Amino acid sequence: MEISISVNGTQTGGDVAPRTLLVHYLRDNLGLTGTHVGCDTGYCGACTVIVDGRTVKSCTMLAVQADGRSIETIEGVAVGDELHPVQEGFWECHGLQCGFCTPGMIMSSIALLDNNNDPSEAEVRHGIEGNLCRCTGYHNIVRSVQYAGAKMRGEDPQGASQGVSS
Amino acid sequence: MSTTSVMGGIVRRKEDPSLIQGKGVYVDDIRRHGELASAFVRSPFAAATITSVDASAALALPGVHAVYTIDDVRHLGLNPAQVAVGTLRPLLADGTVHHVGQAVAMVVADDRYIAQDAADLVYVDYEPGDAVVDLKDAYADTVQVHDGVSNTLLTWNGHAWWEGVIDLPDPSPGIQEAKERDDTVVVSLEMVNQRLIPTAIEPRAVLADWKSGYDSVELWSSSQIPHAVAGAVGLAFGIGSNKVRVVAPEVGGGFGLKLNVYPDEILVCFASKVLGRPVRWTETRREAGFASIQGRGWIGTSTITGTREGKILGYELDAICDMGAYTHNFTVAIPLLGLFVASGQYDIPTSYALHCVVTNTPTTDAYRGAGRPEAAYYLERIVDAFAREIGMDPADVRKANYWKPDQFPVTTPIGLTMDTGNYEVNLDALLERVGYEDLKAKRDAARAEGRLLGLGLSSYVEVCGFGPSALAGLGFSWAGYGLPAAFNGSGVVRVQPDGTCTVTIGTGPSGQGHETTWAQIVSDGLGIPMDNIEVHHGDSIDSPMGIGTFGSRSIAVDGTASFEATNRVKEKAAIIAGHLLEAAPEDVQFADGGASVAGSPDRTVSWAQIAESAYQPHTLPEGMEGGLESSVVFSPPNATWPFGSHLALVEVDPETGDVDLLDYWATDDCGNVINPMIVDGQVHGGIAQGIAQALFEEAIYDDMGNLLTASLVDYPLPAAENLPMFSLDRTVTPTDVNPLGVKGIGEAGTIGSAQTIVNAVVDAVSHLGVKHIDMPLRPKRVWQAIEDARN
Ligand code: FES
Ligand code: FES
Repeated sequence: MEISISVNGTQTGGDVAPRTLLVHYLRDNLGLTGTHVGCDTGYCGACTVIVDGRTVKSCTMLAVQADGRSIETIEGVAVGDELHPVQEGFWECHGLQCGFCTPGMIMSSIALLDNNNDPSEAEVRHGIEGNLCRCTGYHNIVRSVQYAGAKMRGEDPQGASQGVSS
Repeated sequence: MSTTSVMGGIVRRKEDPSLIQGKGVYVDDIRRHGELASAFVRSPFAAATITSVDASAALALPGVHAVYTIDDVRHLGLNPAQVAVGTLRPLLADGTVHHVGQAVAMVVADDRYIAQDAADLVYVDYEPGDAVVDLKDAYADTVQVHDGVSNTLLTWNGHAWWEGVIDLPDPSPGIQEAKERDDTVVVSLEMVNQRLIPTAIEPRAVLADWKSGYDSVELWSSSQIPHAVAGAVGLAFGIGSNKVRVVAPEVGGGFGLKLNVYPDEILVCFASKVLGRPVRWTETRREAGFASIQGRGWIGTSTITGTREGKILGYELDAICDMGAYTHNFTVAIPLLGLFVASGQYDIPTSYALHCVVTNTPTTDAYRGAGRPEAAYYLERIVDAFAREIGMDPADVRKANYWKPDQFPVTTPIGLTMDTGNYEVNLDALLERVGYEDLKAKRDAARAEGRLLGLGLSSYVEVCGFGPSALAGLGFSWAGYGLPAAFNGSGVVRVQPDGTCTVTIGTGPSGQGHETTWAQIVSDGLGIPMDNIEVHHGDSIDSPMGIGTFGSRSIAVDGTASFEATNRVKEKAAIIAGHLLEAAPEDVQFADGGASVAGSPDRTVSWAQIAESAYQPHTLPEGMEGGLESSVVFSPPNATWPFGSHLALVEVDPETGDVDLLDYWATDDCGNVINPMIVDGQVHGGIAQGIAQALFEEAIYDDMGNLLTASLVDYPLPAAENLPMFSLDRTVTPTDVNPLGVKGIGEAGTIGSAQTIVNAVVDAVSHLGVKHIDMPLRPKRVWQAIEDARN
């Protein structure tokens, strides 16, 4: 089937088999391998992308279902050399270890902060409940998201660059 | 990024900029021109004879290139193991299957969709047989997993393994006599340490590209041990390991499950060789329950005999340990690792029997902690039960039995030597920090109101930093099993002609931040900025010989190698700089990206100038060899023995049995610390996995050997909402077995935590009559235990 999808602001498309998952379209057809696959039941969130402003687990959507929509993946988050505050937060607060869950975690965190840039610990934990991390125990992910929120509110949060950790 | 670093400093990770932008490269992200994908046909039976395999329909499907069975690959031998006691796994089922999900055939096709379609079209005829899944049944040999072979592969019962190697005293003097005394208390519990599925979020993935013109192969694998995999591939194909390049790029979590040589690693090489095209395979999450190893799976009884004053006179552990159907890399050695720390931090007579028993289930092997969490669980649960029985505070009972600092180096009951320890100081640091007495008062006040609050404490000691190559003589080696590999740490430090620095190491990260930590070590030594240091790893040809990342060993062993290599480069650079500056080498100091002369700060040369001279040998002092690099192999005189104390506060809902983890505190001691942020991160993740075992996770099999928890829906990894913030602190007791004084921290959190939680939950409900609840402490189990105790 012919499809046309905007990905990170670029129009993409072509002929895809109807059963192609969106995540495989992104990874195999477009070479955007930052979106990961960690399960087969829509549970881990490693494949999370933003479709028309809402987070979607791209392993639960067919590429053809995304026809005509606008998608943002992890590769489109930084503007040139400038990291998104959430990316900076994960770096400053050691919010990642192996990094495999990280792209999905960052996409969910961006969506969370877009709704509420001053989330409590509980709100952060609730907001990323669809994303599993096996490495960090989430402690530093919570800190990373709150760091990003502070940054987005115009504050000057402290992280590893200032010698501050957990 | 910070440009200077001091060891012990918090530094942002060098590996993060690529990972946070989705630009890290994991195996499944690599594409090779003309590559094919594969899928496996897996057994639906736990025990069966294969009577026929019909691949004709699969082969007729457009886009299918081959279907392989054991007849195609039998000549490659069995899947090798490092400790090869038991039945090794054939690369594909050879006439029989012994667990559900065992691979019977391999399909290679144009893409993963077609490969999976074709796998569904391979028709396999099975004659089902009797399976044994229950551990006690297996131990009783009611049904044999492998015909004619006892299910019990061996029993670690003390001296057998060490005979002729270590001269052991009787490890359990006086236990029986103590039991018979009428002034002693005997406390005993049978407990299950359930099977777990390690579940790195990155599934395993492999990609092979056989280069027929060169008779060599490149294999990308999501592995913790690329060098060992190269040895295995070389052995299978009869070529030197110098013709096998195994690359582990970014690895999305390991936790021990990627510390194995797996049949698929050899099979994709085979398919690529035969078909002349690159061949890949990526595990699905469901497949990970069969195709990768699992962990834990013990059922056992621990018993303490002691006085009413809290002195422990004997500890006994008798457990059956599930090996699964086939032996993998370290399978039977996992209980042995537990035995290494069976008596924990305590100076107590210890007796133990750990029975390694096969069942018709997938293989077990190392999962974070690997035997040591199990051992700590059995010991620390029963220490708690003993304290409760005699009405003493669990902290005081522990203190009454600790090894004392002046006893170190301590020889444990099984004849190993513990390097350093300061247990009471560590526990007191935790208790003071948390306000232990206030917490107890808070718990008691809540209980008076009918709320079920519980406090749980655990001490632990781990053995890690493997290790002395002498351990190889005790069976921790490929040697003797035909699979050649190293047993040492290694590091190469090279200053490039432009003054930047390359570090290559024999170990590699799966999230632990090696690139940052090593850069800190080298930057600290040479004064070269972190940004100018690149750390390379995970390539069996280009990295120095090493054994990879496991057993919390990287920093203590390979870290030391790089530290020593740094020192040697610095020594040579001092001579060169002295030559250039017309000063004595002793007067040369390194800082701020170059060298200067003590007392004359304006006489300086940059690293680029030093290196330029090093690579133009005619400019060097007379007789000096050119180049500016050092390669060091390090084998420590002993393993390291980190330790710590953990405490949890929980509240149990009496109506639902739901456990609310309110607070978690840990005071660990891993010796010196290079990057506290990374060390804390390791502890966070380790604790999370211990809590996961205590409260959530369990690999459940039915009587037929079907894994009922293969998906993440049924195997509930904790999500962010299930965990609290962790409150951490450290004491620092450096080891004396390496010059950095570092012990390792990868597994400590997991070893200390599961029993901390269970101790807390039992504390919350013990006044109702509950003595023990088996993990995972899901609401129904806790509720049931309360009900049973009440009625
Ligand atoms: S890959 Fe796990 S939710 Fe999509
Ligand atoms: S950082 Fe490894 S899974 Fe989250």
